[in-house]
Amino acid sequence: MSKKTDRIISALLLVALLVLAVVLDKTLPTTHIALTVLKKGCIWSLIVVSMNLLNGFTGLFSLGHAGFMLIGGYTFAVLTIPVADRASVYQYYDGGIIQFCVPMIVGLLAAGVVAAIMAWLIGLPVLRLKSDYLAIATLGFSEIVRAFFQWDTMGPITNGSNMLRKFPSLPSLLFAVVASGICIAVIVMIINSSYGRAFKAIRDDEIAAEAMGINLAKHKRMAFCISSFFAGIGGALFAMYQGTLQAMTFKTALTYELLLIVVIGGLGSVTGSILASFLYIACSEWWLRFLDSEMTIGGFKVPLLRSGFRMVVFSIIIMVIVLFARKGIMGDKEFSVSGLVNFFKNRGKKKEVK
Amino acid sequence: MKRKVLSACLAATMVFACAATTVAADTVKIGVYEPASGDNGAGGKQETLGIQYANYVQPTVEIDGTEYDVELVIVDNQSSTDKAVSAASELVSNGVSVVLGSYGSGVSIAAADTFKAANTPAIGVTCTNPQVTDGNDYYFRICFLDPFQGSVMANYAKDNYDAKKAYVLTKLGDDYSTGLGFYFSKAFKDLGGEVIEENYPDGTSDFNAYVSKAISENVDVIFAPISIEAAQLVIDQAAAQGITCPLLAGDTWDSNVVLAAAEGTNIDLNVSTFYQSGVNEEFDKGIVEWMESDSTALANNGGDTKVAAVSAMGYDAYFVALEALKNAGSTDPQAVYEALPTTTYTGITGEIAFNEIGDAARDSAIVKKANTETAEWEFVAEQKVK
Amino acid sequence: MDFLSKNLPYLLAGISVGGQYALIAIGYTMVYGILRLINFAHGDIFTVAGLVMIYAMTVLPLYISIPLTLIVTVVLAYLVERVAYRPLRSAPRMSVMISAIGVSYLLQNLMLYVTGGLAKTYPTIPFASNTITIGGATTKVVTLITPVLTIVLVIALVQLINHTKIGMAMRSVANDFETSRLMGIKVDNVISMTFIIGSFLAAVGSLLYFTNYASVVPTSGSMPGLKAFVAAVFGGIGSIPGAVIGAFIIGICENIIKGLGWTTFSDAFTFALLIVVLIVKPTGLFGEGAKDKV
Repeated sequence: MSKKTDRIISALLLVALLVLAVVLDKTLPTTHIALTVLKKGCIWSLIVVSMNLLNGFTGLFSLGHAGFMLIGGYTFAVLTIPVADRASVYQYYDGGIIQFCVPMIVGLLAAGVVAAIMAWLIGLPVLRLKSDYLAIATLGFSEIVRAFFQWDTMGPITNGSNMLRKFPSLPSLLFAVVASGICIAVIVMIINSSYGRAFKAIRDDEIAAEAMGINLAKHKRMAFCISSFFAGIGGALFAMYQGTLQAMTFKTALTYELLLIVVIGGLGSVTGSILASFLYIACSEWWLRFLDSEMTIGGFKVPLLRSGFRMVVFSIIIMVIVLFARKGIMGDKEFSVSGLVNFFKNRGKKKEVK
Repeated sequence: MKRKVLSACLAATMVFACAATTVAADTVKIGVYEPASGDNGAGGKQETLGIQYANYVQPTVEIDGTEYDVELVIVDNQSSTDKAVSAASELVSNGVSVVLGSYGSGVSIAAADTFKAANTPAIGVTCTNPQVTDGNDYYFRICFLDPFQGSVMANYAKDNYDAKKAYVLTKLGDDYSTGLGFYFSKAFKDLGGEVIEENYPDGTSDFNAYVSKAISENVDVIFAPISIEAAQLVIDQAAAQGITCPLLAGDTWDSNVVLAAAEGTNIDLNVSTFYQSGVNEEFDKGIVEWMESDSTALANNGGDTKVAAVSAMGYDAYFVALEALKNAGSTDPQAVYEALPTTTYTGITGEIAFNEIGDAARDSAIVKKANTETAEWEFVAEQKVK
Repeated sequence: MDFLSKNLPYLLAGISVGGQYALIAIGYTMVYGILRLINFAHGDIFTVAGLVMIYAMTVLPLYISIPLTLIVTVVLAYLVERVAYRPLRSAPRMSVMISAIGVSYLLQNLMLYVTGGLAKTYPTIPFASNTITIGGATTKVVTLITPVLTIVLVIALVQLINHTKIGMAMRSVANDFETSRLMGIKVDNVISMTFIIGSFLAAVGSLLYFTNYASVVPTSGSMPGLKAFVAAVFGGIGSIPGAVIGAFIIGICENIIKGLGWTTFSDAFTFALLIVVLIVKPTGLFGEGAKDKV
């Protein structure tokens, strides 16, 4: 298949996807679980891809993602709560000290920018550290950030540890698809640029990359900031999806969850991350839910099924992937139409040989 | 961009999967939106028990001349606000007519918009934070509110213990806890008292320093509106350090788990709550028998048959829902919503009616004290609004 | 005197919790010393030990339950190493660490399933659970037992490492993996032994910790686990005395911070300390400098 047809088919698929999003928006009731899962899947895709940029493409093992999502989410929420509603949201702090409100898009961008600035600041000391030390230091930072946002003295701005709400919520699935899609497209463009190639060089061999004249500190900082920028936007979208926001959500466990999704999709594969995000969200929040309730089939009570079983099955699946399919769904390859066609062609050939 | 194909396939499967779920004839579904794990797992399970028992007592309802089977659809919101949205949409996608729950105010607030968008009414059972019903017509509740409860306990501390200095311990990021703590502090300060406020972060199990602080500050009373799990640890630690001042708490502590922790200690433990067991013998006896016959229920109640107030509230909430269904004359959520404001019910925890914002018109709370020898609650007073 | 009596409870609590962190931290530091792996599942193994004790005590007497708990914990840690870490021996370090996170996730969910999401109350252990008054501060006896027991165990461990054959093998493997193998040391056995010792100490730590804070939930171990890891880094990863001293310092500081009223930051402080240490002296108090091999 030529490159051109590949492109055309991909473009058509993309259009079809947007049409599908519109159709789903129009036909399903707004609170339908399928829509909820798809929305969360879109947002999670963005966040996971941004984490993959750092862990998979640049080889920086960072566990601070929940912290950047938190910063983004809070920036967005604090800036966009309508002034009229502030008194009821900041009920313990006399309405808070911020008495203005910005449009949603500005809020989203601000979320990314603030997260990136924080990443730059944190990166100054932390990025000098290597592999697991970096991991544990970034993890520590995200815990510190969480404590800081919950701090009572910060209350007039962050509402302390209490819930923020009444900021704009996700208008539709289409919005989630488009917003995440644009961000992911930008990330893909960065990966394919010369910067992206430098990131990969750093991942593959730091010392060799440096010897080739790549400025390690600069590129690492850049990857860290870009990743955090999109994590911040992802955090803001996540807040919009939830409708409420609380610092407690952004625990270390969230970062672990994201990392596991990255691994399931394949370290260093954007499409893999997207696929894994949708699968993960759909399985954990929807498809496997039946495992949590008791079930009788033809008078026979299925053993083991009770609250919590879903997560056990789920974590066993994850362990199996981590141990036996170490490359994840996509490895470090990307999904493409021609790739798919070749895949099926090859399978056909194999059968013929038999 | 090509990656979207697969997500499209996924979406198609999802649509297909939904089409498979259809509602059987003559069944009305009531959603139970409660935590079964996480911080509030223990309390959520007890509240669910009350609802399940009510469903066992009254499994059918007559709506507009037809007899309907009531089916409970139970989801676990994992006590966590980020799982709240999908748990709530799972319920509404299942076609429930009305939702009961949740234990813990935070998850209720987080799910409120989902219920509203689906035009499905929700009846809060024991979520006492004012923000639950604030600005949301679709959320109702049958319990009293934190400002009321806080002031009841502040007055109680002042009147019964002549307290001048209080230590208030709350959990960071828990809307129930910080809310009730805030209103207690406010009421206590208004009464001329002095308050030391402290909070603990998520995942704390070492309450040593907090208890030490209360002792070294010589407080007259400790107010700790925190989850049952943390309550066990605080009581244990307080007993170990030989604390002498009384411990006060809100409705969450009215639980056999807390009693078990206090058993055999010298702690003076007081709670404000909704229900005093013994008021309605039929209910007490029935639910005990039911729990004894069902090992899962017994385990969910913490291993013994002492009835928690939240179970009684869950029981009442279920009947309020049935009443609303009858009044609506339809299983349509919107009709139930329209019928709810005028629905009244005389439950085992008292008269239940809703005011214009959907809160229960409750004007009294019961204060109970733990008898640490027999591990039973003893009735102290019924407090009205002052 | 007034100052002392006011701060004594915090100090006591700090020493006690520090001892418990120390017992966990040794497991981290030994495993890291040999495998260069942050064993994220270590904190969860610690929690499992707590749950095993609870379930054992419901049917068995104390003198059987305690050894049983220790054995089950050790077997679990051995299995985890066997199943989740050994197959990845030649894989990149990040894969092993991810596997460790996966194990931690699995253990937590398993515990959630088994307990049904409810907090389990730890049984009272005779004598250790009794209360005692020292200089105006009342506390549990276990608070005093912990530091003593910790120090005894650490001395025993250091003897083991310095004066036995297996100890020598451990030091050798930690120093150079490949060369040790060439010298005829069965590296896999040494690694298993490391996990066994680490988890044994974690199980002892769990006995002490949960006697003091008598409630177990599936996530009980994550925070103590992370703090113990920080202690290990603080003391210089790979160094056992370093881990112990680090743990005591963290335990005491944490409680003093709570005493000062900065409770919101009691956990964050630990991490702040970690970052400062990593930046100022990445090798910790007693750690040896590591060289990059090209």
